[in-house]
Amino acid sequence: MTVELGHMALILAFALAIAQSILPVLGAARGDSRLMATGDVSSVGICLFIGISFAALVWAYATSDFSVVNVWQNSHSLKPMLFKITGTWGNHEGSMLLWVLILAVFAAAVSVFGKSLPEKLRANVQGVQGWMLATFLLFILLTSNPFLRQVAPMEGQDLNPILQDIGLAIHPPMLYLGYVGFSITFAFAIAALMEGRLDAAWARWVRPWALAAWLFLTAGISMGSYWAYYELGWGGWWFWDPVENASLLPWLSGTALLHSALVMEKRDALKIWTVLLAILTFSLSLLGTFLVRSGVLTSVHTFATDPSRGLFILAILALFVGGALFLFVLRANSLQAGGLFAPVSREGALVLNNILLSTAAATVLVGTLYPVLYEAVTSALSPTGEGAKISVGPPFFNLTFGPLMIPLLLAMPLGPLLAWKRGDLLGVAQRLMFVLGAAILAIILAYGFIEGGPILAPLGIGLAVWLILGSLAELWARANFAKTGLSVGLRRLAGLPKTAWSTAGAHLGVGVMLLGIVMVTAYETETVATLKPGESVKINSYEVRFDGLVPANGSNFTGQGANLAILRNGVEVDRALPSKRFYPARQMPTTEAAINAFGPSHLYISVGDVLQDGSVALRIWWKPWVTLIWFGTIIMVLAGFYSLSDRRLRIGLPQQARKPTKADAHAV
Amino acid sequence: MWPASWIGLAALVLALLVQPPTALADDARTKALFHELRCVVCQNQSIAESDADVAKDLREIVREQIGAGKTDSQIKTFLVDRYGEFILLKPVLSWHTALLWLAPGLFLIFAFLLLIRRFSSRSVAVDDRLNAQEEQELKSLLKEKP
Repeated sequence: MTVELGHMALILAFALAIAQSILPVLGAARGDSRLMATGDVSSVGICLFIGISFAALVWAYATSDFSVVNVWQNSHSLKPMLFKITGTWGNHEGSMLLWVLILAVFAAAVSVFGKSLPEKLRANVQGVQGWMLATFLLFILLTSNPFLRQVAPMEGQDLNPILQDIGLAIHPPMLYLGYVGFSITFAFAIAALMEGRLDAAWARWVRPWALAAWLFLTAGISMGSYWAYYELGWGGWWFWDPVENASLLPWLSGTALLHSALVMEKRDALKIWTVLLAILTFSLSLLGTFLVRSGVLTSVHTFATDPSRGLFILAILALFVGGALFLFVLRANSLQAGGLFAPVSREGALVLNNILLSTAAATVLVGTLYPVLYEAVTSALSPTGEGAKISVGPPFFNLTFGPLMIPLLLAMPLGPLLAWKRGDLLGVAQRLMFVLGAAILAIILAYGFIEGGPILAPLGIGLAVWLILGSLAELWARANFAKTGLSVGLRRLAGLPKTAWSTAGAHLGVGVMLLGIVMVTAYETETVATLKPGESVKINSYEVRFDGLVPANGSNFTGQGANLAILRNGVEVDRALPSKRFYPARQMPTTEAAINAFGPSHLYISVGDVLQDGSVALRIWWKPWVTLIWFGTIIMVLAGFYSLSDRRLRIGLPQQARKPTKADAHAV
Repeated sequence: MWPASWIGLAALVLALLVQPPTALADDARTKALFHELRCVVCQNQSIAESDADVAKDLREIVREQIGAGKTDSQIKTFLVDRYGEFILLKPVLSWHTALLWLAPGLFLIFAFLLLIRRFSSRSVAVDDRLNAQEEQELKSLLKEKP
C-alpha cells in the first residue's frame, strides 16, 4: 500500500509540475500577479509529494519489500539497516528519484526564501524549474519507475558490494546537491534572458545559490575521491575516470561562474559571459548525471544502463542545453555590456581565471568524449560497422590539464591584491616579496632535505607554499600589522568583510590540497611482499609484521583478513587488518584495504593472494601527506560556508526596515 | 606568444613531475610504462593498478620486453599490434587524434583572441554621461535623503 501511495504521489507531483510549467510564466507575460503567485504554492506542493514518494521507496527498502522489483534487484534482507536505506539511491531508479527530490527542494527554496525577488523574475524562475521538474518526473514515470511490483521472491539480489559503504550515504546526496544546485542559477539565467533584464542585482541573487551548489559539489567530489581511495584497494585518489570527469566539468565551470558573478556583482561587467557560464554549468551537470546513464561511457559508476533510456536522455539534453543556448544566442546581444576595466586589474585577473578554468573544462570534456565520438564516427564510416577504439587516460589529462593549472595557481595570490578597474602589478609584486622568498626557501629546503623523487617535485612544493602564504597576504596587508601594531591589526582583521576571509580560506585550501598532491605523487613508495606468519617487511621507518590469517565475516559476506602489526623501532605502534571479502549473493569478491594514519601520511595496505603455505602477498604503500588533499578541500568548503553566512548574501532575509529618522521626517 | 611558450614549459614541468626520469632506475621506467597501459578488460584501470589476470600477464610481457632491451616505443608498438590502440592510455599523436591533442591549445588561443578583440574595440573613449533612465534613478535616489 505504501508503495502505491509513493507511486501516486509521484504522479500528482508531475501534474503539479505541468501546472507550474505554464501558469507562472503566463502570469509574468500578462503581468497577472495572481497567476504568478501560483508558483509559490505548486513548488511547495511538488516538493511535498516527491518527498512522500521518496519516503515510500525508503520504507520499501527498509522493510525489504521484495515485491518491489527495484528493491529485489538491489537489496538483501541480511544487509545492515544503514546500507538498506542508502541502497535506495544506489541504483538508477532510486538515484533519479533522489535527483528530482533535490530539484524540487531547491525549487521550493526559491519560493520560500526568494520573497524579496522581483515578482516577474521569480515567476519566470519558477516556470523554468517547472519545466525541469515536469521533464524529469516524466522520465522517471516512463522509463525508470522504482515502484513496479512483482510476485515477491524470497530473497533480494543484494547491492553491489562496493556500494555497501558509508560513502554511499554521503557521496551521492552531496554530489546531487551540487549538480542540482546549479539548476537554480540556470533557471535564473533563462529567466533573465526571457525578460531581457540583467543587472548587478541579478548577480547578487545568483551568487549565493552558485556558491551553495559549488560547495556541495566540492564536498561531493572530495568525498567521492576519498571513498575511491579507501574502497577500491590500490590507493589512487583521482583516476580521470569518465564519471569523475563528468563531476569535475561542472565544478570547473561552476568555479569560473563564482568568480565571474563576483565581477558582475561588483562592477556590472562580464554579464553575458556570466549568463553563458550559468547555462553551461548546469548543462555540464546534466551531462554528468545522464551521460553516465545512457551507457555510452564505460566506468565503474555505470549501474543499470538501458538503451531505451538513452534516446530519452539525449532528447532531454538536446531540449535543455540546445534550447538554453538558442535563447542565449537570440537574446545575448540585447543585454547591455557593463563596466570597463584595464587588462591589469582585479577584473582582468578574474578573466584570466575564467579563461584557464573554461579551457581546462573544455580539455576534460574533449578528452572524455573523444573515444566515444571517435568510435561512433569510425563505425559509421567502416563497411563492417565496427568502430575503432582508443583510450584517453590519465597520462593525457596530466599532460594537458596540469599545464593549464600552473599559470592559474601562479596567478592566484595576485588576483585578490589587485585593485578593481586598474591594478598596480608592481605594487602587488612588492607586497608578495616575502611570500616569494618563502616559496624559494621551501624549494631550496626540499632539494636539500628530501631524497629521491622527481627532479621538479620541489618546484611543486614551492608553488604550494606560494599559494598557502600568498592567500594569506591579502589579510596580512589589510591588517597592516607593521604600521598599526598588534592589537589594532587584530581588530582590523576581525573587522574584515567575510568575503575577504572566505577568499583567503578557499585559496588556502587549494594550496593545502596541492601540497598533498605533490607530496604523494612525487614521494609515495610501493612495496610488494609475500610474508609467512611471523615475518616482517620494512617500509620507510616502519616495519609491518604478519601475525597470521583471521576470519573477517559479516552478515552478508565471508572474509579473510591478514592480522598485521606495525612497528617503529621495534615497538608496536598500531595494528592493521586488511581483508578480502566475498559476497555470495552477487558472487563478487572485494578488497578491503587497511589504512593507518601517521600524522598526515598513510600506510596503505591491501591483501593480494593467499598462498597454500599460509603466506600472504601484501601490497603496501607509503603515502606521504596524502590526507592534505582532502583536508584542503574541507578548508575550501568551510570557507564557502563562511561566505554564505554573510548577511549581505542572505537573499531570503526580509529587507531590514530602515528606522525612520529625523531626517526622514524632514524629507516628508 | 607567451601562452604558447608557457604551455611548452608547463608541459615539460608536468611531464617530469608525473613521470620520474627514466634514467633513475629500470624499476621506475617499468612502473611508468605500466601507468601508460590499459588493463584491457577492466573498466578504467592501468595495468599498474589492476589485479586482473590480464593485467598480470601484460606486466610480465612488459618486464620481458624491457629485459630484452626494447625501447618504450618498441614495446608500445608490440602491444598495439596485439591489442589495438585501445591499450594506450596516452593516445598517440596522429591525424586521428590531432583534434584531441590540439583542443586545449586551440581553445586557449581562441579565448585570448576574443579577449584581445574586446579590449582593443572597447578602448575607445567611454561615454560616461547618464542616460535618461539613470538620470531619473539618480533623482529619485537623491530625493530619499535630504
